[in-house]
Amino acid sequence: MNRIIDLVKRQPIWIFVFICVVFFSFSSPYFFDIRNFSNILVQASTIGLIALGMTFVMINGNIDLSVGATLALAASLAVGLQPQLGITGAVLVGLLSGIVIGALNGIIAWKTGVDAFIVTLGAMIGVRGLVFIYTGEQAFYAHDLAYSDFGASSLFGMPVLALIFICLTIIAHLVLKYTIHGRNVFAVGGNRVAAKEAGIRVGPHMLLNFILIGFLAALSGILLSTQMGASTPNLGRNYELWTITAVVLGGTRLTGGFGSIIGTLGGVLAIAILRNGMNLLQVPSFYVLIILGSILIIVLFIDKRFAEPQGVGA
Amino acid sequence: MNTQTEMKESINSQPEEKPLLKLKNVSKSFPGVKALDGVELDVRAGEVHALLGENGAGKSTLMKILAGIYQPDGGEVFLEDQLVHMSSPLEAREHGVLLIHQELSLVPDMTVAENVFLGNIPRFANMFVNNRHLNERCGEILTRLNCKFKPTEKLGNLSIANQQMVEIARALVFQPKVVVFDEPTASLTDYEKVVLFGVIRELKESGTAIVYISHRMDEIFELSDRISVLRDGTYQGTFYTRQTNEDEVTQRMIGRDLDADIEHQPPELGAKALEVSGLGIDGLYSDISFDVHAGEVVGFYGLVGAGRTEIMETIFGLRKPDSGSVQINGQNLAINSPSDAIDHGLGLVPESRKEQGLVLGMSCKDNTTLANISEFTKLGWIDTSAERKVFEEYMDKLRIKCPGWEYSTLNLSGGNQQKVVIGKWLSTSPKILILDEPTRGIDVGSKSEIHHLIRELAKTGLAVIVVSSEMPEVLTVSDRIIAMYDGRITRCFDRSEVTEDTLIRAITGQTGH
Repeated sequence: MNRIIDLVKRQPIWIFVFICVVFFSFSSPYFFDIRNFSNILVQASTIGLIALGMTFVMINGNIDLSVGATLALAASLAVGLQPQLGITGAVLVGLLSGIVIGALNGIIAWKTGVDAFIVTLGAMIGVRGLVFIYTGEQAFYAHDLAYSDFGASSLFGMPVLALIFICLTIIAHLVLKYTIHGRNVFAVGGNRVAAKEAGIRVGPHMLLNFILIGFLAALSGILLSTQMGASTPNLGRNYELWTITAVVLGGTRLTGGFGSIIGTLGGVLAIAILRNGMNLLQVPSFYVLIILGSILIIVLFIDKRFAEPQGVGA
Repeated sequence: MNTQTEMKESINSQPEEKPLLKLKNVSKSFPGVKALDGVELDVRAGEVHALLGENGAGKSTLMKILAGIYQPDGGEVFLEDQLVHMSSPLEAREHGVLLIHQELSLVPDMTVAENVFLGNIPRFANMFVNNRHLNERCGEILTRLNCKFKPTEKLGNLSIANQQMVEIARALVFQPKVVVFDEPTASLTDYEKVVLFGVIRELKESGTAIVYISHRMDEIFELSDRISVLRDGTYQGTFYTRQTNEDEVTQRMIGRDLDADIEHQPPELGAKALEVSGLGIDGLYSDISFDVHAGEVVGFYGLVGAGRTEIMETIFGLRKPDSGSVQINGQNLAINSPSDAIDHGLGLVPESRKEQGLVLGMSCKDNTTLANISEFTKLGWIDTSAERKVFEEYMDKLRIKCPGWEYSTLNLSGGNQQKVVIGKWLSTSPKILILDEPTRGIDVGSKSEIHHLIRELAKTGLAVIVVSSEMPEVLTVSDRIIAMYDGRITRCFDRSEVTEDTLIRAITGQTGH
């Protein structure tokens, strides 16, 4: 019982997820259904994959605003290059583009010391420009149907996209909690000076996180384009904000040093369930925005009020 | 108990005066520490009442209670015979109790007058700044304080001493009944001190009650009318300054000597673990040469700013030297980063454990393995149970008082936090351990435990360097003492030949003797 109370205090977002599930189950006959749940997971996976990376970046004390643009670039390359390279080649180039952008973000922030907020803000603007140049402001369609078939395919009765999200979430959780990289991400975000003096090399960890989030943003973009069988140059607009919202809802602090993948999963699901449930109840989507905005502030208030350790006087 | 009855007698023998501010049986606890336990204090109008105690004795906590920053867990505060509850600094201010902080809390980019009236700016039509009035009133206060600078001066252009005057001016705006000074002379020159004391006397003569917190004995005897002493959060009595002497209050302040049982046999010296020759960084320190053997404790004693911390940071790879070399176990090594230093068996317990030593949000266990986490892995994954074992081992060895390995270091007392930092370095099995001000801000009990620990570590064959600004500490733990003045080593003492007098001379640059 104490463990449950502890969890609730540390992860207030899961209470909200639970309340949402109960509420929508009673108010819509279509909600509590395996197929609807897999649907929610597929919808959640786009933001969710990026949010996994964002959790690492934010615990480390940084932020990445370029994920939406990276997502669009990767999706455009993965669809647009198919005629020349085939599906596999195009997808690999798409993923590589995410890794390169992440690595550039990380190296610039590391070597110049410019705040990651600014570096990735620049990347967000610049990469979006790159997308428009490459696509000529056109949407691309995948002519090979195998591409969009993948987005709709299932394995063991679960949509493949949902499975990918679940697997990567588990891996991210384990890496964050049980590897040296994960532990040092907390240390650097919690107290950079102390981490440095304990012999932890701050730069490489930061770089690795930016590569990770670049890769996940690219993957997310490619998977999103398989759902639509197409990519558009405006894909992923505002996704950086939704991702940060999900991560912050999950209890990760903007100041670094604190957070968890389980919390982030809660944040991602909260947004997805709310959207799905409201949609089933035929509430216009603008109301969803109002509710999400309010929830964000309420959850952070609860976090500040109950979960923040009390300071100690000397 | 005895102390208190004695005290009351001594005060009753004086003509009865009504206290302006009175604290009765005040207590305050933080997780893991009882900061104040049944403290009494009465302060009269027109007196300077000194509050004396060692670091960690509870002075700051008491002061923060007076200023409304903390609320006491028990006891009562009376102001002019009225029971008051001051639940915020704002409320304390309304009651006329003002605190002059040790650390200045001013806005450097605003003018003097704007700083003096910060949060309280004179206005007209209820929304516009009344600049003329602002500068005039500020000018009046500055004249009263004998300040030469103008209200329109930018604060950032003033010296620290003058900024402190601004801080005082800010308090005077509220026509305070009680002004609390917290170590106000810490960053002042002698001349500036004289000016400050003049201001304090002027305040006193105008009927303000002054609470003066310091651990500088000479100042307290020069300035105060009465002295109250705290030790380990308990009240040790109040004395009339004219009727007491330094020995008496020191005795009350320090109490029994917890370090008395530390033995000093000549150490069994091992091989030379560390040899530093001709080390220097331009503008910080120069020509530093010394060595440390396995099994001995070398104390570095000097004033703050003598360059001791910077030398240790250089040895540990946090700074690049301009000249000189560092040898470890007879090998010339280039140490360019802390991770190099750790690889060569060095550990550094830093000066400020909260900023440099700990990741406060992390658990005790995670902090313990921070510097050598790679030793607790199997195929890249962290072996939590191995980590726990190590933490629990050091929890026993160092007697860390904490509810468990998951507990956040944020809520530990200073002494226990410091022990976690020490545990972190011991778990890397170092050959050379450097401790920079290892007992700063730690209560007397833990302090003595850490002193004992340092001796024991040396006995197990570790080479230990202790940097300290406290003479008793250096004398207690060291086998040899290196005195520094202004970036240079002035003298090396063997424990047997050192006296307090020669040591003081060495760290103040008076070497000719």
